[in-house]
Amino acid sequence: MTTPNVQLWEVFIRSRNGLAHKHVGSLHAADATLAMQAARDIYTRRGEGLSIWIAPSNAIVASDPAEKDMMFEPAMSKIYRHPTFYDVPDEVGHM
Amino acid sequence: MATPSITVSETPLVLYALRRADDALILGHRLSEWCGHAPAMEEDMALANIGLDLIGQARELYAYAATAEGKANDEDTFAYLRDVRQYRNLLLCEQPNGDFARTILRQFLYSAFADAYWRAMMASTDATLAAIAAKSEKESAYHLRHSAEWVIRLGDGTEESHRRAKEAVDHLWAFTGELFHADDSDAALIADGIAVDPERLRAGWTDMVANVLATATLTQPKSGWMQKGGRSGLHSEHLGHLLSELQSLQRTFPGATW
Repeated sequence: MTTPNVQLWEVFIRSRNGLAHKHVGSLHAADATLAMQAARDIYTRRGEGLSIWIAPSNAIVASDPAEKDMMFEPAMSKIYRHPTFYDVPDEVGHM
Repeated sequence: MATPSITVSETPLVLYALRRADDALILGHRLSEWCGHAPAMEEDMALANIGLDLIGQARELYAYAATAEGKANDEDTFAYLRDVRQYRNLLLCEQPNGDFARTILRQFLYSAFADAYWRAMMASTDATLAAIAAKSEKESAYHLRHSAEWVIRLGDGTEESHRRAKEAVDHLWAFTGELFHADDSDAALIADGIAVDPERLRAGWTDMVANVLATATLTQPKSGWMQKGGRSGLHSEHLGHLLSELQSLQRTFPGATW
């Protein structure tokens, strides 16, 4: 069924305290209040979350897939940026 | 070859639990009828979620009615093996879904009562009912919010949605008087603090409904003649059809399990 004039929203769920909100999907809703209710009903039915963020999909600025070589290729050859060349003293414990 | 109905010893406490259980089961079943048919996928899920909350409430109340009765009945026989005249739900809960506006208005009018009811029942002197109330109140608070937001959007939406919402509230209004029904069977439970006197909830319900309808630009029907009978088993013609579907499997294949 078509849903004219109904906006698309992106949904982000934080599953536990201390974790970041993660994108889980999208939904259609006429306004922010209904979008929040729909996000709750669709994406937290199995106890997935403690917090929900929603954002209008058209507010997301996305990188252009056609530019992925320019955007991401230069980082591929710079393995020295990975922090794998340092010896971490035992006293530091978990970083 | 149909399975015969059970008999129920309706002591005041058994009857009290059955009445609330039947409200929840019948309204929950009505909402389940939307599954796959709602106006949008998002709302399909929302209505099914509310239905499942209600069926969960029904199960706990049936289980408690069975304990209180202390006979061979259990939650399944209460649900599947009572005839229409043995059902004790509000007439409001059994009214057909109609269009989306009617389903939403029915949910709103019921939830505006149920939310206040469960909050009051958290102070019941009956520990089991108080525990069921504590769980149910969180659910009904969301049912109320969800349905109220939709009432506002339908009433204050397009000309067509306003017309349908108005038709729904006009049609359902006569079934709201029964929300505040209490009879002799309830009186002793109310006196003992086991049950809430529903009359205490009338002012809050009236305020809530008046506010939401006003925001929705809907006119509240003049309180006039009210339907009643569900609490004593006198139902509209719709409940028998609902039960024939709900009970068909257990009536045809007694004791069938998954």
